[in-house]
Amino acid sequence: MAIWIKGGKLVDPEKGSVEKMDLIIDRGKITHIVPAGNFKDHGERLKVINAEGKFVVPGLIDMHVHLREPGHEYKETVATGARSGVAGGYTAVACMPNTHPVNDVSSVTRFIIRQAHQAHLLKVYPIGAITKGLKGETLTDFGDLRVAGAVGVSDDGFAVTNTEVMRRAIEYASYHGLTIISHCEDVHLSAGGVMHEGTVSTKIGLRGIPSESEEIIVQREICLAKLTGCPVHIAHVSTSGAVDMIRHAKEDGIPVTAETAPHYFSLDHTAVVGYNTHAKMNPPLRRIEDVEAIKKGLSEGVLDVIATDHAPHSALEKEVEFDEAAFGIIGLETALPLVLDLVRENILTLPGAIKKLTHNPASILGIEGGCIREGQAADCSLVDTEYEYLYKMEDIQSRSKNSPFIGKKMKGICVLTMVGGRIVWERNKGHFSGR
Amino acid sequence: MRPLRHKDLLGMEQLSVEDIDLILSTAESLKEISQREIKKVPTLRGKSILQFYYEPSTRTRTSFEIAAKRLSADTVSLSATTSSIVKGETLVDTARNLQAMNPDLIVLRHSSSGAPHLISREVMAGVINAGDGINEHPTQALLDLYTIKERKRKIKGLQVAIIGDIAHSRVARSNIIGLRKMGAEVTVSGPPTMIPVHAKSLGVQVVFDPSEAVRNKDVIMVLRVQLERQSKILFPSLREYSIFFGINRKILKRAKRDVMVMHPGPMNRGVEISSDVADGPFSVVLDQVANGVAVRMALLYLMIGGS
Repeated sequence: MAIWIKGGKLVDPEKGSVEKMDLIIDRGKITHIVPAGNFKDHGERLKVINAEGKFVVPGLIDMHVHLREPGHEYKETVATGARSGVAGGYTAVACMPNTHPVNDVSSVTRFIIRQAHQAHLLKVYPIGAITKGLKGETLTDFGDLRVAGAVGVSDDGFAVTNTEVMRRAIEYASYHGLTIISHCEDVHLSAGGVMHEGTVSTKIGLRGIPSESEEIIVQREICLAKLTGCPVHIAHVSTSGAVDMIRHAKEDGIPVTAETAPHYFSLDHTAVVGYNTHAKMNPPLRRIEDVEAIKKGLSEGVLDVIATDHAPHSALEKEVEFDEAAFGIIGLETALPLVLDLVRENILTLPGAIKKLTHNPASILGIEGGCIREGQAADCSLVDTEYEYLYKMEDIQSRSKNSPFIGKKMKGICVLTMVGGRIVWERNKGHFSGR
Repeated sequence: MRPLRHKDLLGMEQLSVEDIDLILSTAESLKEISQREIKKVPTLRGKSILQFYYEPSTRTRTSFEIAAKRLSADTVSLSATTSSIVKGETLVDTARNLQAMNPDLIVLRHSSSGAPHLISREVMAGVINAGDGINEHPTQALLDLYTIKERKRKIKGLQVAIIGDIAHSRVARSNIIGLRKMGAEVTVSGPPTMIPVHAKSLGVQVVFDPSEAVRNKDVIMVLRVQLERQSKILFPSLREYSIFFGINRKILKRAKRDVMVMHPGPMNRGVEISSDVADGPFSVVLDQVANGVAVRMALLYLMIGGS
């Protein structure tokens, strides 16, 4: 049966417009986009979705998540991560290779894709490892990974410390059309650190990770992009200095793109006070000045993408000494309201914000989606920007509950998610339509 | 009614000036017990105190043990190597198990900053931080404050220099907080590798050269060089450290004539402190140890002796 999404405000990230439009969806594709009121029902059997007062956005695309499968299924699986994703309005995610075993061979890539088909909720694009075992030494078989379905390569969680290896990776990834995503960290400079090195770490006696440990490698990647002429994507930018470096690089025409995560524009290092392990992530939460610089970087277009770095960890990794706790927080279900806060603060327009969650990651990864056009697969989400609620542990769809936002007031929520014309999540029914 | 209105003592940060005054004056009145022939009073009879050490300790552990026994509390002491920690039990599970035995106080030393804060949320018993990572060592700061006050009759307005690895010292952090609360002025000193980049945010002066830092000081606190840190590029060699950052008689001449020299122990003689200073007339190192018992007796009494 065809679907009529009726009376919603369509957000078009490419045109930068918000218009009241009706969408007709048939056999998984968007067949018509017409101004609201123009479409007349001629007695066809149509399922009508009333989108009055809601925004219709292209399905969100998260280019940086950890789905933990294979190997750490007690934290998350492809299926539970997919549930978390669609509940947050996502229709596609790209998952990092630091699984066990590492996604450094095509069989693991294929396994992940198979698990995603099994889950049958959203699109999963594996990111392969740059080096075997994420050890920073030997390149993986990029071509093989690409053929198996990988869309990019990254040693996320680690920086490739050997600059020569990184140079060759950048060159070779470009040949295969794989997006290379760099986790920027000088691991010698950050060694032993558990939070941002600054006034708070000094006060509460935790070992620090200086901003410079990120910036040194950001600048290195920019140098390598310049040297090779090949694109590099910078993951999870957290510092003011890194934003400046990327801004200058872009002004110089160097092919670099960058993402940040919602926590880097929503929280600063004071969130760690009380040894809150839910505020422990890598890169760490920085100063308020960095938070402001990240917002500015987003509004000026220096930062192209908002990705969550969704990093599920169980209580086993988080209800422990701060030094021992794992880095990372979940993010798929809180990204939308946190990004909408930026719209309310007039840092981004709504289409501008949605672009960083859809069109930009799609074009950086070279994948479909990220827009709503006639003839395209019907991947879209319905957003209620005005809905206010308390983010509660029991509402979390991810298998892990490691979020610093639990108990916080949120505004804005995804009410319905559609992938390929199929409704995979409806909030008021609270159910998924996967397998 | 408990005179000290804190369930736990996690750090100097949480104590008010009135709290500190109360602890110091209580310690003063309890100190005499340790001079008696029968060094025991029944004040904490029927109370149990658990000591849990994830890191080695001689002074603090013995001091708490003696303090508790002189007040007639029952004490049990565990260390990580002889507990289920070596079997992989988590800190939170260990804490819950200890709680199930219903102690009145748990004294914890741990190598991770914030560990006492973590267990204090899990247990009904009070928790005393006996040193957590590089964060705080509040009972050391309290006994240092007591020793300073005993010798100088005041703390307010004193000029104090703390010399050594400030960045990785819980003794330094607790003392900085405590001394500043009590109105002293603090200068930190040592090689730049050992001074936090953001040290000034703690409200202290930074003077890298110890021979400058000691100028006109009333109190000099020498920190222990952690020998294992040598490999972490904080300083090139012990020889070099002792020459450029060690406290010796010559440097001491620049301080006030009635300067007092403190050290939390254990000392590396000939490295951060020369033997003639450690054993000399300005040293109060052994007074610190003696006062440690009195201060800890005061704390135990104030935390679980009321009602």
